[in-house]
Amino acid sequence: MANTPPVIYLDNNATTKVDPAVLEAMLPYFGELYGNPSSMHSFGGQVGRTLADARQQVASLIGATSEEIIFTSCGTESDSTAILAALQAFPEKRHIVTTRVEHPAVKHLCEHLDRLTGHKHRVTKLPVDRDGLLDLEQYEAALNDDTAVVSVMWANNETGVIFPVEEMAKIAKNRGILFHTDAVQAVGKIPINMAVSAIDFLSISGHKLHAPKGVGALYVRKGAPFAPLIIGGHQEKGRRGGTENVTSVIGLGKACALAGARMEEENGRVRQLRDKLEEGLLSKIPNAILNGHKEQRLPNTTNISFEYVEGESILLHLDQHGICASSGSACTSGSLEPSHVLRAMGVPFTAAHGSVRLSLSVFNTEEEIDCVIDKMPGIIAKLREMSPFWRSSHQGSVGGANCPCECS
Amino acid sequence: MWEYTDKVREHFMNPRNVGEIPDADGIGEVGSLACGDALKLFIKLGPDGRIADAKFKTFGCASAIASSSALTEMIKGLTLEEAEKISNEDIAEELGGLPKEKMHCSVMGREALEAAIANYRGIPIPMAQGEVVCECFGVTDLEIRRAIHESKLKSVEEITNFTKAGGGCGRCHERLEEILREERQEIKEKPAAEPAKKLTNIQKIKMIEELFEREIRPALRKDGGDIELVDLDGDFVTVALRGACGTCKKANLTLKEYVEKKLREQVLDSLVVEEAH
Ligand SMILES: Cc1ncc(COP(=O)(O)O)c(C=O)c1O
Ligand code: FES
Repeated sequence: MANTPPVIYLDNNATTKVDPAVLEAMLPYFGELYGNPSSMHSFGGQVGRTLADARQQVASLIGATSEEIIFTSCGTESDSTAILAALQAFPEKRHIVTTRVEHPAVKHLCEHLDRLTGHKHRVTKLPVDRDGLLDLEQYEAALNDDTAVVSVMWANNETGVIFPVEEMAKIAKNRGILFHTDAVQAVGKIPINMAVSAIDFLSISGHKLHAPKGVGALYVRKGAPFAPLIIGGHQEKGRRGGTENVTSVIGLGKACALAGARMEEENGRVRQLRDKLEEGLLSKIPNAILNGHKEQRLPNTTNISFEYVEGESILLHLDQHGICASSGSACTSGSLEPSHVLRAMGVPFTAAHGSVRLSLSVFNTEEEIDCVIDKMPGIIAKLREMSPFWRSSHQGSVGGANCPCECS
Repeated sequence: MWEYTDKVREHFMNPRNVGEIPDADGIGEVGSLACGDALKLFIKLGPDGRIADAKFKTFGCASAIASSSALTEMIKGLTLEEAEKISNEDIAEELGGLPKEKMHCSVMGREALEAAIANYRGIPIPMAQGEVVCECFGVTDLEIRRAIHESKLKSVEEITNFTKAGGGCGRCHERLEEILREERQEIKEKPAAEPAKKLTNIQKIKMIEELFEREIRPALRKDGGDIELVDLDGDFVTVALRGACGTCKKANLTLKEYVEKKLREQVLDSLVVEEAH
């Protein structure tokens, strides 16, 4: 096995460590307990019972009943399933309301609907303000008789900003519109209770809450219209064909049980660590800006822009110290433009390219946070020393280039 | 994560010649904060006319910083005529190669060098003289044409990797295609091959109208209805139902099951019919 050097893992919104207890719960099902949960014999049947337990564990974490939980292969599948099911429920309605800051799982799906369904759809992408918040009046005004479904994320993966989805779902329900929320970043980090909610569909992904990658779940409110995305056998009561990823589903169940038990720690100790980290960096480093509303936010996420330096360079320096983080800079977003979330928030270019997201989990310690607060100022100072814009009279476009930017 | 060579990593972690030369003979500035990378290059000539010192300041990713650092090392001791011959490929090679998506970093290095030399000579920057093709990143056709030739680029995607042109809003893609064809001299073969295949909008509209007149209107009129073509957008046909059809509850069924089916059979099987609101 590869000898992995110790890392300070602060990229938990990208993925999380599989909890040792989750791994332990899964192991037997990789080995001797290989039966098919749908089989008639008791060898398979015992697996079926564990699967039922896992379903109950997932349901409990979000205040749902186990019939309302469908296991899927990932958060993305849950998002696609929900939105396409909602559209099929109202085939004559061709309007969708979503936001400008959704994860590609929702964003790109909405952009491809015309080709997928053969119908032309109108997609309203609600804007956000400088803090990353939505305007509810604008939301209400966007709904109309042609609106089939609203899809709004519960919490943003880049900034951690939380949207008032409960309230938004009630507004939609009053107008007979279905409501989906991508809660991939919210589940396990903040309390969720579907028993008192108007939300129709809610997406969950395993690997964001210490279960393995490649497993997810979709909550479908009892009575909500549904159409499967993957059609095949009678698994999941015909709502998702294909033999279940038994081991991972069992891991997801265990992870949900653990997340429920750790909700207080997440919102207590983890939040305090995050706040310490954030305050430490903002106070020690000049020209550092917090991205996202300070209060309406997940307890584990902070997104900070360091002006006049570029994100990938920061990440590679952090990497030298074994610190794992991510950035919304162009170079790391896999395109030539910085993150669509930061751009939607109107973060100026001076800052968007130098954004760093640090996302914690219950596995982080105070020593790790102290280490980052210790290392970061030197890294930023070194990169700024190299930057033509730092302490320069022209902090934007430099002459000679044809770039028409208006950065200031 | 990008796969950087050890040399890129080494230049990035320990960049050579960072800083400014207060009494530089030539200064070259390219890029901007908005674009995500920028480089300011300073050169100082010795009494023998050779580059005695070179320094840089760079805002950008690891490969931008490494390219700048390598460039300053490469040009020291060269005459301007020798330095002018350094291509972006030379810079990339010096670094043991760059990921293809990062080739524009080496292009930026070379352009900063050209700008610094032009600045010393008191002439305009050659590459800035062309037509600005990509507004998002301020890239001229001259830069694009040179990259196509020197690096033997074959697609818009490659142009984007090398010059960044086309990596933003995408509005310039058509023009990039055109330049690519021009440079690769495919422009002559093109017009002959295409027109036969695709229906133009005008042709589509004509065929749709003919079908409406011939079959669909007579059928609808029997029930006191009528239909009108409102708009055509690619494969999306927008129509308005009139008369009895306009108020009929089964109108949508008529559109999809009857009108769309007919259009697909007789005009183009990718057409989608929508009702105007
Ligand atoms: C908000 C959000 N939605 C959806 C996803 C996709 O989840 P998965 O990787 O399980 O498909 C992610 C993960 O990156 C996410 O952060
Ligand atoms: S103009 Fe070229 S990408 Fe926008």
